[in-house]
Amino acid sequence: MEMEIATLAANADVQAARYIGAGLACTALIGAGVGIGVIFGNYVSAAIRNPSAAGPVFGQAMLGFALAEATGLFGLVIAFIILFV
Amino acid sequence: MAGPLEQFEVNTIVPLEVAGYDISITNSAVYMAITLLTIMFFMVGGMRKTALVPGRWQSSVEMCYEFIAKMLGDTAGPDGRKYFPFVFTLFMFILAANLIGMVPWVHAFTVTSHIAVTFAMAFFIFIGVTIIGFIKHGIGFLKFFVPGDAPVALLPLLVVIEVVSYLSRPISLSVRLFANMVAGHTMLKVFGGFVVSLAAAGGVLAVGSIVPFAFIVALTGLELLVACLQAYVFAVLTCIYLNDALHMH
Repeated sequence: MEMEIATLAANADVQAARYIGAGLACTALIGAGVGIGVIFGNYVSAAIRNPSAAGPVFGQAMLGFALAEATGLFGLVIAFIILFV
Repeated sequence: MAGPLEQFEVNTIVPLEVAGYDISITNSAVYMAITLLTIMFFMVGGMRKTALVPGRWQSSVEMCYEFIAKMLGDTAGPDGRKYFPFVFTLFMFILAANLIGMVPWVHAFTVTSHIAVTFAMAFFIFIGVTIIGFIKHGIGFLKFFVPGDAPVALLPLLVVIEVVSYLSRPISLSVRLFANMVAGHTMLKVFGGFVVSLAAAGGVLAVGSIVPFAFIVALTGLELLVACLQAYVFAVLTCIYLNDALHMH
């Protein structure tokens, strides 16, 4: 009887630890937000200085955005792995 | 009510088994077939009556062709031209798969929201690009991991770091696409749940359900952008890796 209660309590603790871990892993998205802001801030300020050069660089700005977002989403994937695997 | 992650479940529709291997027709396979048919319809239909001055459909097909041809030419140079069919197929498949997953009413399944699908693509791209590198440069391809003008004392550490970062390419390529699709669709379903909960609560809260609904509209716009962007990023990174293999650094 005591063993069952102990395992139930341990399982509940593990589940609680899972939720805390998932929440902590999501803090990686702070970096994603900052990175995206830096890329587009630089793109916009460069576009205001030199509007005719802004067009060809737009593709690289989009590539940079996707790469910055990707690292943040790696953290989100870890959060999902913690929660559901 | 279903949770937000049930949309990613793979359900078998027609169970098939060959020699102990499960090759059932699943909803993932059906949506891949739909993706293929959509692309074929778009391409073949657009090039049916080819005119020198293209109409709308032919013009959009030619725009897709030119977009990828220009991207491949810019990143991989004239050597990369012979890999154009592969890169074009890759781009169109991922683009169509992502966009078909955004269709609202029919509970569309996003093929690329499974790490199995994206990792299969990224893994074979990685293997293919490495083999191309070894075929073109022989064993000298290993010089790719030794950055030029590096102090000799640091070389052991640098080579290890370079190899690890090279091996992380398929992982980052696949997880980028997978995580973007999963995160986007999960957000949409979570806010959809909010709309339903608020509307069911009745009274003042039912009017308040317009707020998450407006957010869903904005989020769908963002997700359409992300669908196209992730297809472009996957293709452009493939071209960059190809360029690394063909012309080292």
